[in-house]
Amino acid sequence: MKLSLASSPHQHVRRDTGAVMRLVCYAALPGILAQVVFFGWGVLVQLILAGITAVAAEAVILMLRKKPIKRTLQDYSAVLTGLLLAISIPPLAPWWIIVLGTCFAIIIVKQLYGGLGFNMFNPAMAAYVMLLISFPVQMTNWLPPQSLVENNASLLDAVWVVFTGYTVEGYSVAQLKVDIDGISMATPLDHVKTALMSGQTVAEATNVSFMYGTTGAGWVWVTLAYLFGGLALIQQRVITWHIPGSMIAAVALVSLLFYVVSPDNYASPYFHLINGSVIVGAFFIATDPVSASTTPRGRLVFGALIGFWIVIIRIFGNYPDAVAFAVVIMNMAVPLIDYYTQPRTYGHRA
Amino acid sequence: MAITPSFDTVMERLKRQDLWQFPGGVHPPGQKSLSNTTAIARVQLPEVLYIPVRQHAGLEGSVCVEIGSQVLKGQPLTYSNAPYAVPIHAPTSGVITEIGEHTSAHPSGVPELTITMRPDGNDTWTELFPIHHYQHLDKNALIERICDAGIAGLGGAGFPTHIKTSSTKPVEFLIINGIECEPYISSDDRLMREHAWQIRQGVDVLNHLLSPKCIVIAVEDNKPEALKALNIACEDNQEIQVVSVPTVYPAGGEKQLIQVLTGREVPRKGLPNDIGCVMFNVGTCFAIADAIFSGKPLLERVVTLTGTALQKPQNVWALLGTPVSHLLSYAGYMPHNQNEQQVIMGGPMMGFSITSLDTPVVKITNCLLAPAKNELPSAADERACIRCGFCTDACPASLLPQQLYWYSKAKDHDKTQEYNLFDCIECGACAYVCPSEIPLVHYYRKAKAEIRNQRDENDKSEKAKQRFEARKARLLEEKRLREEKHRLAAEQRKQAMAKDGSAQDKIAAALARAKAKKAKTAAQTEAVEQPIDAPQKSAESSTVKDKQAKVAAAVARAKAKKAEQTTSAQSQPASEKLDKQAKVAAAVARAKAKKARKQAEAEQGVKQETDVIDPTATDETTAAPGKKAKVAAPVARAKAKKAAQKAAQSEPAEAENDAASVAEVNDKEPPKEKTAEQIKREKVAKAIAKAKAKAKQNKSGENAE
Repeated sequence: MKLSLASSPHQHVRRDTGAVMRLVCYAALPGILAQVVFFGWGVLVQLILAGITAVAAEAVILMLRKKPIKRTLQDYSAVLTGLLLAISIPPLAPWWIIVLGTCFAIIIVKQLYGGLGFNMFNPAMAAYVMLLISFPVQMTNWLPPQSLVENNASLLDAVWVVFTGYTVEGYSVAQLKVDIDGISMATPLDHVKTALMSGQTVAEATNVSFMYGTTGAGWVWVTLAYLFGGLALIQQRVITWHIPGSMIAAVALVSLLFYVVSPDNYASPYFHLINGSVIVGAFFIATDPVSASTTPRGRLVFGALIGFWIVIIRIFGNYPDAVAFAVVIMNMAVPLIDYYTQPRTYGHRA
Repeated sequence: MAITPSFDTVMERLKRQDLWQFPGGVHPPGQKSLSNTTAIARVQLPEVLYIPVRQHAGLEGSVCVEIGSQVLKGQPLTYSNAPYAVPIHAPTSGVITEIGEHTSAHPSGVPELTITMRPDGNDTWTELFPIHHYQHLDKNALIERICDAGIAGLGGAGFPTHIKTSSTKPVEFLIINGIECEPYISSDDRLMREHAWQIRQGVDVLNHLLSPKCIVIAVEDNKPEALKALNIACEDNQEIQVVSVPTVYPAGGEKQLIQVLTGREVPRKGLPNDIGCVMFNVGTCFAIADAIFSGKPLLERVVTLTGTALQKPQNVWALLGTPVSHLLSYAGYMPHNQNEQQVIMGGPMMGFSITSLDTPVVKITNCLLAPAKNELPSAADERACIRCGFCTDACPASLLPQQLYWYSKAKDHDKTQEYNLFDCIECGACAYVCPSEIPLVHYYRKAKAEIRNQRDENDKSEKAKQRFEARKARLLEEKRLREEKHRLAAEQRKQAMAKDGSAQDKIAAALARAKAKKAKTAAQTEAVEQPIDAPQKSAESSTVKDKQAKVAAAVARAKAKKAEQTTSAQSQPASEKLDKQAKVAAAVARAKAKKARKQAEAEQGVKQETDVIDPTATDETTAAPGKKAKVAAPVARAKAKKAAQKAAQSEPAEAENDAASVAEVNDKEPPKEKTAEQIKREKVAKAIAKAKAKAKQNKSGENAE
């Protein structure tokens, strides 16, 4: 009689890589929902496009690399990459933006470096940076909250705009951006940056109807929805508190320093946290396990430095937001951080 | 290391039940209720017992039984011959049927020396010697008893207990480990519930042996019944702290439990007693009590039979050496309920799958787990590591399992050691949480084995290199010394010569003297060596020797004659000494004379013979002795030839002897009438010498002489 042999441990948690990735996707649902509610159907169109492109690109490259296709696709990492990119770009960006970005993320940033686990950079963020630098116009065409715009685009409109650049009725994205008052709108970060550069104070810049009016809190709600999803991830032990915690703390602290020095020239910590993608980045992007630091202390350093760079780039850089840049910069520092933050092994002297 | 909490701090926190934590740890589903609801059962005797000679971490004892030996229950089968050797005993009465290799209770299943015995069914005990008042006994005697009872740590490591009990370092905390953190296993749980009092007795013995400042019995909080039983058993002794420890795997690891209870860490290359701790498993305490109070050696242990592929999961008392198949069939093993047949010895986290159902239960076997379909996930192919760091969060030793994995896989063993591979306790927490299902511990074991092999090989080659270098250095040194000596000698010579011209003469003189001496000894030895190494030369020198011999013979003869005369003439008036001397001399002389006569006769014979041979002489001697002579002729010829050969060989040696004696004689009595009768004598002497040679060949004649 032959007995089967196996190496201990014989017991495993039943949460494999695919399950972990799916949990992250699920945790992003409240945020996506909020995006749809406040900014229209565009994000859904982008998600579908990104998902299809990601899986297709991954399958093709796996085939070329002679790797098991079905088994690898089941780890859902490609889907998650596509999802993160899709929620990061403007909802009505042309279709080729998301397709190009996703292909770049999957093929170049991930697979050409050896596939899942070997990529040095966060694929979604590296692709975002590539798109932002290459196509700044398309990548900054953000829509204002739907309650503020004159022409609300339907789902069909969204699809139409993404593929042709115009709604069914023939409105362009630029027209869709125009608010009820006929003013073309930007994101709060963009707006404040432009206002500050033109010599306004922060108070003046934020004292605009679309910023935080009773109905215009769309950005806040989206951010809160992602925060909720992120906390759920920590509760489910998919991620630890270290990276989001230190990143948010660093953003708050650094922006507070500037704010204390000159409240007129620098936005408040609250403004920095609630706007842009700090929260999404803290819980969903910087925590990408492959490209993040893995030691407990290293995670704290990694998160804190991302937060630091976000504020610095937002204030002194040319781009309104900086999460992608900060993450990609810190990805490069991960091996160094990991090396110098090794925990003290049991029984060893510090 | 972190600050080591003082004894008082630890005591204070223990009293408050405010324990420390170790980093990491996992919470696998316990599954203990599968087996811990029924009392420990007794299993009927198996048909056959396979008792491995080595069942613990240490050395095996020497086998002291033979095939066919009838043994009684509790009779030792091996005896301890080294400090780390622990004996084994016959678990029941029966006959030894085999002593040989059998599948071992080891992950490899590699056959080990095993004593096979067939129980006779009577279960007859050997005579036992309980100790009733252990406090009055010498501690060493108690420790010896523990060793002789074959007790090794029953928790899983199997470290010889008597080594731990003979610790010379001061013990602050005697820790009794009733944690049993592995899922499924409930053998210690049942033992604590049912035999708390005997465990307490064992603790008392250990307390006596080690005199700790404090005794801590630690039980995980998922075993409230066991905790209660121990609390009752230890009620009367306030020094014993029964502590409930939060359930987390691997809290039962020695290092981890010490950390939880005392906040101290065992130093990297140290032992628990370096930080004042000694730990024993509850099962070990039970066995110690058995050994002291009943005199019973370790013959059986509690084994958890569990897994849903068993109809009746439960705990049993299993004799050491019981084949796994016997226990499984007792618990109703249903192999068809498994995906593939698999039996795990130990728990699901650290146990190993056995290679054969004939594998015996040994001292460290606490559990047999037969998982049913889908009970434990089947080992899937590993996926890529996504660096999620779950392993880092789970590691109780604060290692970086993922880095270790990369470097183990790449066989970069310098790096694995830099990341403290050897501090891994192989608890399996990392592999348990790994979402990519990477068998991390397997990689570490492999890397460890490779490093150990490499070290052994390096040691070997290092030693060889050292030997080679040492030899080279030695040869060089010898050469240098030699040259130095020569140089010094030459220098001295030169100096001496420069100082004193006469030295040259002296040296010359010394050389000459040495030469002369050498020549002399050479001459002496030459005589001895000649026949062997230089036959042609001997012919040359033998003429000289011949002459000497002749002279000697003549002297001897003269002496004999004279002696004869003197003895006959002066025998009466001589003093006693002289008389004796004279007598001896006379006897010698007589004998010599006799010999001489014989020789003379023989000589004549030889002469006759040679005459016969001579064709010219035949005519002259034909008349009377013709016939006789004819017959004698060939014989004589042969004899003569032989004699001649022998003479050529032995003559010189003898001649030398004679020469010596002649020299003696010469001093006292120089021959006077050499000139007158020289010719005659020479002839006779020649004859004698020849005859002597012959006589020497004739041994019987010599003996008579």
